[in-house]
Amino acid sequence: MPLVELRHVSKIYHLGGEEIRALDDVSLDIEAGEFISIIGPSGSGKSTLMHILGCLDSPTRGEFTLDGIRIHEASPRQLASIRNQKIGFVFQFFNLLPKLNVLQNVELPMIYSGVSSRERRERAVNALKMVNLENRMKHRPMQLSGGQQQRVAIARALVNNPRLVFADEPTGNLDSHTGEAILALFRSLSGQGRTIALVTHDPEIAAVTPRRIEIRDGKISAQVDARLAGLDRPTSAVPAPPP
Amino acid sequence: MNLWNAVSIGLKEIWAHKFRSFLTMLGIILGVSSLVAMSAMVKGMENGLKEALIQIGGLQKIRIIDQDLPQTQLHLADQAVGNTMDDVYALQRSAPLVQLVTPEMRLRNLTITRGGKTADTWMICGTWPSALEMNQHVVEHGRMFNEIDDENARNVCVIGTAMRDALFGSPEETVEPVIPIGEQINISGQLFTIIGMFQHYESEQEKKIRELRAREPKAKREGPARQSFGRGGPNFVYRMKNNTIYMPMNTAWLKFRASMGSNSAAASRELTVNVRVNDIEQLNPALQQARNVLMSTHKGIEDFNFMTQEDWAENITVAIRNARLSGGIIAGISLLVGGIGIMNIMLASITERVREVGLRKAVGATGPDIFIQVLIESTVIAFIGGLAGLAASQGLVKVLGFMSPTDNTPIITATAMLVAFSSSVAVGVFAGLFPAVKASRLHPIQALRYE
Repeated sequence: MPLVELRHVSKIYHLGGEEIRALDDVSLDIEAGEFISIIGPSGSGKSTLMHILGCLDSPTRGEFTLDGIRIHEASPRQLASIRNQKIGFVFQFFNLLPKLNVLQNVELPMIYSGVSSRERRERAVNALKMVNLENRMKHRPMQLSGGQQQRVAIARALVNNPRLVFADEPTGNLDSHTGEAILALFRSLSGQGRTIALVTHDPEIAAVTPRRIEIRDGKISAQVDARLAGLDRPTSAVPAPPP
Repeated sequence: MNLWNAVSIGLKEIWAHKFRSFLTMLGIILGVSSLVAMSAMVKGMENGLKEALIQIGGLQKIRIIDQDLPQTQLHLADQAVGNTMDDVYALQRSAPLVQLVTPEMRLRNLTITRGGKTADTWMICGTWPSALEMNQHVVEHGRMFNEIDDENARNVCVIGTAMRDALFGSPEETVEPVIPIGEQINISGQLFTIIGMFQHYESEQEKKIRELRAREPKAKREGPARQSFGRGGPNFVYRMKNNTIYMPMNTAWLKFRASMGSNSAAASRELTVNVRVNDIEQLNPALQQARNVLMSTHKGIEDFNFMTQEDWAENITVAIRNARLSGGIIAGISLLVGGIGIMNIMLASITERVREVGLRKAVGATGPDIFIQVLIESTVIAFIGGLAGLAASQGLVKVLGFMSPTDNTPIITATAMLVAFSSSVAVGVFAGLFPAVKASRLHPIQALRYE
């Protein structure tokens, strides 16, 4: 069974009596361990898709199953718990809390899952080691560079061991060099078996992922799967997804 | 998320905005401290009034005074004799609920002199030794006159300190306080020996003022010596007791009734009978008993009336209640204003932190988590403000006691502190409710996009 199963999902907004279909009858499967990108121009509905996949928003119509849980039927409380346990977010503007230090920022998701303070610390330190920031634990976010901040945000996204990590334009606020380092980090995380979805408008960034889903006007306009096409990059460390 | 995490987040938030949090707390601090101070002042007032009530003889003391005859008995006016010593003896014999009976004959228009000094008092009277107990007097120097003095109608008297001050000089004027035992004074041509002097009666506050003055060098007044009008403390009861001169009943009767130059019927009207009941619960039966006895001795003519301190006690209760109510309302309003300050700052704070709320929700905070976080933050502000207010109230009470000319030392009670503190916490919770609901309802996506 795929990790994510989207069936005929629509999201409809009403704006002054006008009906806006941000998502229009989208069906999509994501297998565990996949590294995908969702690409599309602004206003295409890619963010709405990410919000629904990230359980931040619920679809107007259609069915959504994540890891066997029927999300479209879940209560807000259950959604919060699913976001906490199964999903990690990385945002364009990092969204670190300025008053907390790096370690506390990384600990934040575990506070809401009731992890004991000792284990919290241990896991946060491990997550920071994964992004090579274990020597910056006591710094405030403002004392770090953009790339470092984004790595803290990635550590925060990983700390609860989520099934699915979303990165919304993770390089949009970084210079190209740092951005590439961040993308390399995602690639290596994917190499460790994590399921990662990059949301971007930039085809160059999308090119790093084996599978690309293009959204236009609320619909999936094209899907490219390099592996299926036999174009799997030889440099990629991505193991073949389970069939 | 457990409670301690929420509290520590709240504390961090407060610490991050020290000055803003302090200003917010200031409202609560002022509210709490004014509530405590108000209650302390009312309590002080209550204690002062009750102390004065006890000093005058308490609720158990009843004065039987003359009264104009009722309309239906006006034709018997020439047979009304007023209070007489017969009443006193009859009450002693026939009213068992009355513990103590003391006659008191007020003497008027007497001139009291010694050397070149004169004194003036309206509390010079002939009485029995039991007046000591009746009127809560304490003889500090010498002795009270006894039954033998009374029997022999000796020219002896016991005086209050104000009389000593007038005739011998006050302790502030003389180097050593004069204890005029054995000295003679002239009361309208009769020489009296002072055999005793009462202690100096004063309220707590007067005592403090006096001690304060004694420590400070006195500001010298230039020019000829003079007295000011209405000298003395504001408390009538203490002044009255200090201005007392007691002499034996028979002495007053024999030496002054004739000299007052009035007929015996009129003179006898100067007699007031004081009675004291054993038990305040028995006040009504005791009054009834005394009334029955007196109706008999007065041949059914109701030319007497009972005066009790019940009205006074009730007035005290009413005055205290009013003071507490009005003070409480004002202090409560200031506490409310403090609460509005908290709500205002919490609203500003969550508007500032919409993205934070969004992020917390994205990483798994539920609506109730956010609600509790905001609520705890505002409660923590109120809690700390309340504690600081309690501390500030100690100082405020001192300042108020120093500045305002009350008769009574303010007394801070534990109840007042508890009430003020818990209402400050309640205000914090209420002030946090609306911002907390607002924050908890934020949609994560909109909150994350908020600029």
